[in-house]
Amino acid sequence: MEAERRVLLIGNPNAGKSTLFNALTGSRTRVGNFPGITVDVASATLRGASADAPARVLDLPGTYSIAARSADERIAVEALSAPFLVGAKPSPHAVVLVVDATSLRRGLYLTLQVIDSALPCVVALTMMDEARSLGLVVDHEALSKALGCPVVPVVAPKGEGISDLVGAIQSALAANEAAPPTRFADSIEAGLETIGGDHGKDARTRRLLSQWAVLSSFDTSDDAAKHDWDALLERAKGHPTLGEELVCARYARVDEVLEGVLSGERKTAEPTRSLTSRIDSVLVHPVWGLLVFLLTMFIIFEALFAWVEPLTGLVEAGIEWAKAAAKASIPEGPFNELMTDGVIAGVGNVLVFDPQIAILFAFLTFLEDSGYLARVAFVIDRLMGKLGLNGRAFVPLLSGFACAIPAVLATRTLERKRDRLLVMLVVPLMSCSARLPVYVLVTSVAFDRDAKLLGFLSTGAVALFAMYVLSAVLALLAAFVIGKTVLPATPPTLVLELPRYRMPHLFHSAGVVFRKVAQFVRDAGTVILALTIVLWALLNYPRTDAQAETFSNLRAEAEQIDEEEAKTARLAEIDAEEAGDRLRNSYAGRLGHAIEPGIRPLGFDWKIGIGLIGSFAAREVFVSTLALVENSADTSEESESLHEMLRKSKHADGSPVYTPLAGVSLMVFFVVAAQCMSTVAIVRREAGSWKWAIFMVAYMTVAAYLFSLLCYQGGRLLGFT
Amino acid sequence: MSADERESSRVTLSELKPGDSARVKSIDDAGDRALRLRLLEMGLVPGTPIRIERRAPLGDPMEITVRGYALTIRRREAALIRIEAHGG
Repeated sequence: MEAERRVLLIGNPNAGKSTLFNALTGSRTRVGNFPGITVDVASATLRGASADAPARVLDLPGTYSIAARSADERIAVEALSAPFLVGAKPSPHAVVLVVDATSLRRGLYLTLQVIDSALPCVVALTMMDEARSLGLVVDHEALSKALGCPVVPVVAPKGEGISDLVGAIQSALAANEAAPPTRFADSIEAGLETIGGDHGKDARTRRLLSQWAVLSSFDTSDDAAKHDWDALLERAKGHPTLGEELVCARYARVDEVLEGVLSGERKTAEPTRSLTSRIDSVLVHPVWGLLVFLLTMFIIFEALFAWVEPLTGLVEAGIEWAKAAAKASIPEGPFNELMTDGVIAGVGNVLVFDPQIAILFAFLTFLEDSGYLARVAFVIDRLMGKLGLNGRAFVPLLSGFACAIPAVLATRTLERKRDRLLVMLVVPLMSCSARLPVYVLVTSVAFDRDAKLLGFLSTGAVALFAMYVLSAVLALLAAFVIGKTVLPATPPTLVLELPRYRMPHLFHSAGVVFRKVAQFVRDAGTVILALTIVLWALLNYPRTDAQAETFSNLRAEAEQIDEEEAKTARLAEIDAEEAGDRLRNSYAGRLGHAIEPGIRPLGFDWKIGIGLIGSFAAREVFVSTLALVENSADTSEESESLHEMLRKSKHADGSPVYTPLAGVSLMVFFVVAAQCMSTVAIVRREAGSWKWAIFMVAYMTVAAYLFSLLCYQGGRLLGFT
Repeated sequence: MSADERESSRVTLSELKPGDSARVKSIDDAGDRALRLRLLEMGLVPGTPIRIERRAPLGDPMEITVRGYALTIRRREAALIRIEAHGG
């Protein structure tokens, strides 16, 4: 709606923007696209606004300055600069500057920058209750006078000051006036004018863009989207000391403004006795901190495994129901199968992940919002630094042990695109929960249940544990290697604020999780659906009439059986045989045979080959594909009959397929190989192009082959079987 | 420059210990200008009082209080920040 005014929420990270957003808008949030902003942002209508002047509030990520240094900051800056982009249509109509009252001396820096922008501004002074408890006194009227725009103190979670704020926002929209900009010393102003040149039409806007250029002129990363501001950047390079002068001058103005406004600040010589500091002395403690961390991890993984099962079961049941319904209502034939095993199964592949993604994401969001993850990054930074990363990379990597999808999404906390990409490319090496069924199946088939290492450790369990250790080691190694070869760069620094601990707003967190999952379904959904259909075709075609005839004859015979139970059993048997036959003669089956010479050196046979082809879609497909190949009606990994059949399978020369060594080789393959369409789809989305997603699949596949080969052949040389 | 002034202009943030207070004097201009500007924008402008709260268990980075908030900074970057070793 053109008549709807757009109000941006801009402020430092941790200033309470999202809580304020909820207070201003209630719960009807929409995620969508806005001109000038390259990603979807959350927005909702302003509550309490009069019906004839509707306003939409946009919740933007935090930033410390108009010179954005991370992808998130860039979003906020893009939104702010929409009016300055040539050709961008609707621009924001007002800005609510969300400023934390307890860190005014830093927070006003961004405020002064945004006021320079000629947009009507209202300052929302948040965390007033915390300021009070710290003994800080803020004279908001004096502040308003000094800044030239309304200042409204609020305590968002309690709703204090909200109606005043809404009133101030509406007045600002109606008046459509901007506060006076900060005027600097002549030398600075002259420099800004030179840099601005004759860009654009509005002098005030030009001046702000010059400031942006001065602050950004040293940034060497190619992350920023290029507008037509390159000329300004070029000119800014000719004024190398202007940036420092500008920053110091603006902070001088901040201190000037706060004179007579802020009182009660702690002398820095006094030790910090705040609650946050006291909690930190435990959580950052080398012993206690580690214990708390391990406990937290344990709780998360436990919850994940415990809660995911029933939820995934629900989703799977739903899919089965949909399949049955489709099977019953669509006339028999290829279209029926396309819909059930292709489309519905494909959609199912996307949905079945959602419980896991949602739960893990919920935990990560909760820990992030509480302030804990910043401490984790702080503590582990030194180790991560040795790998060419910084502390922020730890949590995404660790999350990969549960599921790569939220882990890839968690890389958003990394500021530089290169670091985000690097971590995204290696996260799938961390053994996710989908690999576990494969490991469990393989160890129980390949290893003798009673075999022991060192007399008391079950060999199978040791092998299992070894796979997890291997995956972590490989991920770190890959990060190191890729970081030095394919994506070389100066290692990232760590400039990180440690926010005060706070209790995250549960509704808001739930909303964020829901939106993220919905986004995943949208983004990954189409890719996965397409790939599932292709795979289905490969696994089910071609079919011959001779085949169909043979089986219909067999069925006719079975119909002759008198006893109901025996008949049903025989029919089920025939179904399994037919499915197996189809699979073995399908393109995938032929491919399995074709690649057998290639995978023999890894200890695999053609049946495993087919399984591997199927598993590139999703790891769980391996087990069900293997079962199909073996004519097993029961395709679950716990199936005893499947275990038995696999144990008995032999190569052409009579030697058993699933020897312990072959088992280890197969598991190693699964540790390294990229076998998850969903991850590929999400990497494509986050990296912005297919190039990196394809690179990831390629390097992981090659590495999987080589490591498996090394394992099997190396093992043979050493005399293992 | 007096002996005292010379003395205090050689002390950098990396040499301080948890519990110490100081004021920022300047940030060295060597090398990474983007980083320097960023540290300034985070509030480490000359004259700003800071206090060292703690070091991470592995020794690096350190946590400092500046302008009412807590900032982590690695030893490498802290070595660029010259301070006056007097309290706020």
